[in-house]
Amino acid sequence: MKNILVLFSHPKFEKSRANAILVDKIKDKEGVTFHDLYERYPDFNIDVEAEKALMSAHDIIIFHHPFYWYSCPPLMKQWIDVVLEFGWAYGPNGTALQSKKCLNVITTGGSRELYCSQGSNSYSVTEFLRPFEQTANLCGMQYLPPFAVMGTHKIEIEELHTYAEQYDSLLDVLQQNLKRTDVRGFSFINDIPQLQTTDKI
Amino acid sequence: MTGSILFEAIVFLLGAIICVSIAKRLGLSSVLGYLLAGVLIGPYVLGFIGNEGDDILHFAEFGVVMMLFLIGLEIEPKNFWKMRKTIVGMGGLQVAATMLLSYFLFILFGFDKTVALTLAMATALSSTAIALQTIKEKGLLNTNFGQSSFSILLFQDIIVIFMLGALPLLANTDEPAIEHGNEHANLLQNLPLGLQTLAILVSVVVIVVAGKYLIVPMLRKVAKTGVRELLIAAALLIVFGISFLMELVGLSPALGAFLGGVVLSNSEFKHELESTLEPFKNLLLGLFFMAVGASINFIVIANSPLTVGGILLAVIVLKALVLFITGSVFKLKLNQKLLLTFGLAQIGEFAFVLLSFAFQLNILEQDQMDMMLVVTALTMTFTPIIGMVNERLLLPRLGTKESIKRPMDHIAKSQKVILVGFGHFGSTVGRFLRTHGVEATILDHDSNRVDFLRKMGFEVYYGDATRTDLLESAGIAEANILICAMDNPDVIKQLAKTVKDKYPQVKIMVRAKNRYVAYEFLNMEIDHIYRESLETSLKLASEVLSQMGFRKYTLQRQAQNFIKYDEDSLRRLAKEGQIGDDNYIFKARKELEQQEKLLEQDFKRGIVEFDSHWDSEQIRVALENPDT
Repeated sequence: MKNILVLFSHPKFEKSRANAILVDKIKDKEGVTFHDLYERYPDFNIDVEAEKALMSAHDIIIFHHPFYWYSCPPLMKQWIDVVLEFGWAYGPNGTALQSKKCLNVITTGGSRELYCSQGSNSYSVTEFLRPFEQTANLCGMQYLPPFAVMGTHKIEIEELHTYAEQYDSLLDVLQQNLKRTDVRGFSFINDIPQLQTTDKI
Repeated sequence: MTGSILFEAIVFLLGAIICVSIAKRLGLSSVLGYLLAGVLIGPYVLGFIGNEGDDILHFAEFGVVMMLFLIGLEIEPKNFWKMRKTIVGMGGLQVAATMLLSYFLFILFGFDKTVALTLAMATALSSTAIALQTIKEKGLLNTNFGQSSFSILLFQDIIVIFMLGALPLLANTDEPAIEHGNEHANLLQNLPLGLQTLAILVSVVVIVVAGKYLIVPMLRKVAKTGVRELLIAAALLIVFGISFLMELVGLSPALGAFLGGVVLSNSEFKHELESTLEPFKNLLLGLFFMAVGASINFIVIANSPLTVGGILLAVIVLKALVLFITGSVFKLKLNQKLLLTFGLAQIGEFAFVLLSFAFQLNILEQDQMDMMLVVTALTMTFTPIIGMVNERLLLPRLGTKESIKRPMDHIAKSQKVILVGFGHFGSTVGRFLRTHGVEATILDHDSNRVDFLRKMGFEVYYGDATRTDLLESAGIAEANILICAMDNPDVIKQLAKTVKDKYPQVKIMVRAKNRYVAYEFLNMEIDHIYRESLETSLKLASEVLSQMGFRKYTLQRQAQNFIKYDEDSLRRLAKEGQIGDDNYIFKARKELEQQEKLLEQDFKRGIVEFDSHWDSEQIRVALENPDT
């Protein structure tokens, strides 16, 4: 079974609706380390060595965050800046993360339809997530398509619970070693056949 | 063998110590231990105490008065007002039903009507001393059962006044009523009823007004002197004063004391009064129970064991039945109902007063009174035993245990925080907590400040927090967090040590004046240490460096880093860094040595370069020398 590290960052988690439900579902799951960055580093003073050790101990890294201004909250960016060190994560001898898998789990206010060239957000989620994808590539990690809960401004609670179930199943699938070919052609990992139950979202 | 006061005191104290500790070891209530001690030292077993037991009983009744004062302290006026329906409803139902049923019972036993009515009155009353002591010992005062018991007992305290007033009307007018000497004379006895009622109302008002405008200012003055025993004297004065006033107008002193307690429950001296009077109350109550035990007349029992046994059984069953019905009418849960049923099924200490008064009025004959006194004392002795049977055998089978529900959705209320010291440091802590709806219980020893802060709407109590009893009444047993924010490190050390030993579940967070104090805390194995000067001085230093041209964010990162480094070195040096309580010069020299060591360390460390990910130098170097 693969170990999963969920790097969660949300500057106002106590007010969040969607993330509260998602996190609640998976935070105590076996084989999953839930790491709440804003709770651990309220002063942005990230303990780099501790974070590196944590990364090394896991096979799959999930960047779980709300999609603020088409990116992650600032502490997560800080985390990426300081933890993915030159000579450790990338560059000469920077092989610590080789062949780990990584993906983003995001929540967006706008719905999926708005993220396209005709929509008000002009670009797709995949395009907005290019920096994460390339960061993963540079560190030798396999980047998987994102798990996205979209349109959270209007979503019903029941539907959020369905998403949480799906998130939970996704972690199961990841723990059982998902192959790269399984996700080929999907923009969202939500859509892979393994996560489709009879009552489709 | 009796006679000497010292000898009697030794007998009582020894009896209490031996019997109560045995009772406690066996898991019984202390009340039972005291009662048995009384029987043991009384005239029929060891004979250490003779007939003076009665006088002791009167004296020791004062314990009941103090207990009601203390209970009053825990009930705020607005809560008391909320209870009024339960008091009149439950109390009224219990007293009326018990009197009615036991009247017929005593007729059945062959007493004539007047006697039966008198005995019925006595039977209707339960023992505040035994019931409440047991309830408090188990910490059940705030449960449904506790509140119900309390309401009923309070109603009885009120109704007993009317009973005492009614007794002379029952007396056989042919005989002179004062044959046995009337010790219940009071100022108002010869006044018409309307004026008596008025006087009673006036005295209640006097207590309420005096509490606010006389007692609290007096306590403030006393507190300002800083002499502790004066506060004890003042506390006793309050209780004695109220009792005296009440006896003067013919009211129950216990009732007056209760009122006085309620009036003072809003004052900042609440906890101080509680902890001061608690030991007196406990000892006096113990004495009271022992006196009850000693007063059991075994000759009466030996002469007519069947009658005594019959009445005893009948009375307990009858009282229990009425209480069970009362509990049902007021919709208590089954287990609460059973606790109430068995908790109050005894005849109380007021019966002693009532019966001896009836005897003076020639309503009762000597043997009737003796018999009833024996029954009363026996019911009191049996209640703790019955209660134990209920708890051990009955309740576990019936299952439901009242769980105290806490509103978990509301973070602010779910944890109890005690903040000691409300000076410059503590007040900031308290203010910030308060802006988040966390109302810490605050203790401070400066009565001026307490007064001022209370005016500002803070809940602040006056007292010396190193005293365990005060901490206990502030609720340390249920507290999650204790914040020590006092100015004097020695006091903090003492407090932290006490709490760490006695209440290991409480998280202790301490203010440390400086590095050396922090060392001592670390060596006491206190982990949550907040050095008051560390972050402020780094902030100042950063400001200086910023004026000299360093970038602010870099300084912020460096300061964060420095704190981490300093905390590490603090923990490392704690063992060797201890200064101890040696003389001043030696201490100063040792501090200098420490200082030197730190500076040396800093120098070796130099300016630490980190956050290199935000500059490209590292990468540039690597690109220039691809081999390394």
